[in-house]
Amino acid sequence: MSLADLVSLVYQYLDNIAFLLLAALGLMIILGVVNVINLAHGELIMLGAYITTIAYHDANLPLPVCMLLSVLGVGLFGMALERFVVRRFYGDRLAALVATWGVSLILSQGALLALGPSMPSVPLPAWTLHYEGYSFGGYRLLLFAIALAAIIATWWVFYRTKFGIRTRATMQNPDMTRALGVDTRNIYLLTFGAGSALAGLTGALYAPTTTIVPLMGTQFVDVAFITVVVGGGANPIIGAIASAALLAGISTPLSSILGTFIGRIGLLIAALVIIRFLPRGISGYWQDLRYQRMARHSS
Amino acid sequence: MNLRGRRGLAHTLNGPQELGHGPVFWVCFAAVTVAALAYPAFGSVFALSNLANFCLYVPMGLGLALLWGYNGVLSFGQSAFFAIAGYVYGVIAGNLIDVPGGSLLAVAGGLGASVLVAAVFGYFVFYGQVSGWIIPLLLLVLSLILETFMGQTAGYQWRVGSVLFGGYNGMTGIPSLQIGEWDFGGASTAFYYLVVVLTLLVYLGLRILVNSRYGHVVTAIKDDVERTRALGYNVNFIQIQVFVLAAALAGLSGVLYVSWGNYINPASMGLLSATLPVIWTAVGGRRSLLAVLLATLTLRWLADTLAVRGGEYAFLIMGVLLLATMLFFPEGIVVSLARRYGGWKAPTGAMNRSGSR
Repeated sequence: MSLADLVSLVYQYLDNIAFLLLAALGLMIILGVVNVINLAHGELIMLGAYITTIAYHDANLPLPVCMLLSVLGVGLFGMALERFVVRRFYGDRLAALVATWGVSLILSQGALLALGPSMPSVPLPAWTLHYEGYSFGGYRLLLFAIALAAIIATWWVFYRTKFGIRTRATMQNPDMTRALGVDTRNIYLLTFGAGSALAGLTGALYAPTTTIVPLMGTQFVDVAFITVVVGGGANPIIGAIASAALLAGISTPLSSILGTFIGRIGLLIAALVIIRFLPRGISGYWQDLRYQRMARHSS
Repeated sequence: MNLRGRRGLAHTLNGPQELGHGPVFWVCFAAVTVAALAYPAFGSVFALSNLANFCLYVPMGLGLALLWGYNGVLSFGQSAFFAIAGYVYGVIAGNLIDVPGGSLLAVAGGLGASVLVAAVFGYFVFYGQVSGWIIPLLLLVLSLILETFMGQTAGYQWRVGSVLFGGYNGMTGIPSLQIGEWDFGGASTAFYYLVVVLTLLVYLGLRILVNSRYGHVVTAIKDDVERTRALGYNVNFIQIQVFVLAAALAGLSGVLYVSWGNYINPASMGLLSATLPVIWTAVGGRRSLLAVLLATLTLRWLADTLAVRGGEYAFLIMGVLLLATMLFFPEGIVVSLARRYGGWKAPTGAMNRSGSR
């Protein structure tokens, strides 16, 4: 294998990591803090792509502005979703799954009825880099950079702001946090909004790369669900990074040699094997190790 | 608990885990049964075939009611087991079309394939003791991946023996179930009787199961996993058994479906199909088999009616129905009505706090 082949493989690996991170990060933050899985996450991504497309074609706004509109719009929509639907199901997580599935059906079928089976596509920003006969899409590299930026921003909010401290306290012990005067309902509302805004960002970013159809959410959610299951909700940042790096490492060689389907099957099998031994995902295992170490030091 | 003798069986059948007790209920039940069995005498072939089509989904719905309502394990992948059984039946029956008893072998193969996939999947998730939300998520992923796979099997190279998979167009010309001289085609009276009798057997069988000693353990697992484990029950193994049973029931529906329509396509395990059993179970009321049975028949009829006029609204209406039920009748519509007007209350662990962390 020549150096160019290696560069190409690394490029595909980074591309896959970016996809997994962007598809799953919002879902994972919501799982970690609010302890709920939003099955309409794929439809929120679809919504983000639609907002970008409509703003681009009908309002003739520049692409970055369209994407910002998606982030804001889907974030607000997510907060409304939390306030009027998800909030009622904090006692029963399986019921929350089913209720958000109803939302997902309504959104995808509603988009199909209101806006038709497909949308005009958004042109892909045409930056290409050439190296030894391979050409690489600059936009794909930008996606990876944005995925990293999203992770760093999440880390900064969690560990460097007052809101982050309250959020982590809520994750650890909601009753105690309430007793200390923090309105945890607000934390849940804002976290759900932030996770949804990330879905909107994902939809906006991938709008130029795929066809915009009402059921496009499904191509994101199957890998997003696997990433979330493998990463676990104990620490969304560690979980997202570790899980995306591991899963992209499994799917990149499999799908480039044996095809996309084998790549997906490989991901599912990897997820099953991992949860057999680490039922709370990688971040749950990492948290257990940390607690064990803390217990050893204090004794 | 008295489980011996005839009085014991009647006692179990009338146990507290299912709504519908007393003489009035059983007289109505018998009347509906007799009406269903007498229907071929005056119903048209078209009406019989339609009714058989509605009824054949009942085992899948009741399986999910057992799994979710009684054992607390949610599944979004019943359609995967439905379709696996359907496809495997199609492959075997298509190849053994001239062999006597070939379609019975195909039924065994179809159900066996569903059971096998469910057992392997169940081993990983139940022995891993994962949290409740992981199982429905991974089953949904399984369903979607299988749909993608079957969708790309167009072309002559995708075949087993003489049977083509057919990609998104699906597998066609699947022979109907045949036992001896009886041909259970979709439009036959024989198929109608087969489906009605199977529906009754599955309903009564599950009713006995949930009210038996075993059924009480199954329900105890839903109410408090750790306490049931502490009492010495092999929780993981019982959960796998229930999961496999539910998969087999979904597979039974799948086999009946291909025998009815001689056809199956990848959409039968797509996102929309995966939603349907969950909608039936949630709307009827997952804590009662009867409620799910009624909801399955009603919603199948509704979907059929909607498909005739305004098909594009069908899934939007189903989504609204699902969300509205979860918001306003979290126990399901039939169960809420039974509680309000019949005084029936599904026995639950009063101290259940497992979901409220």
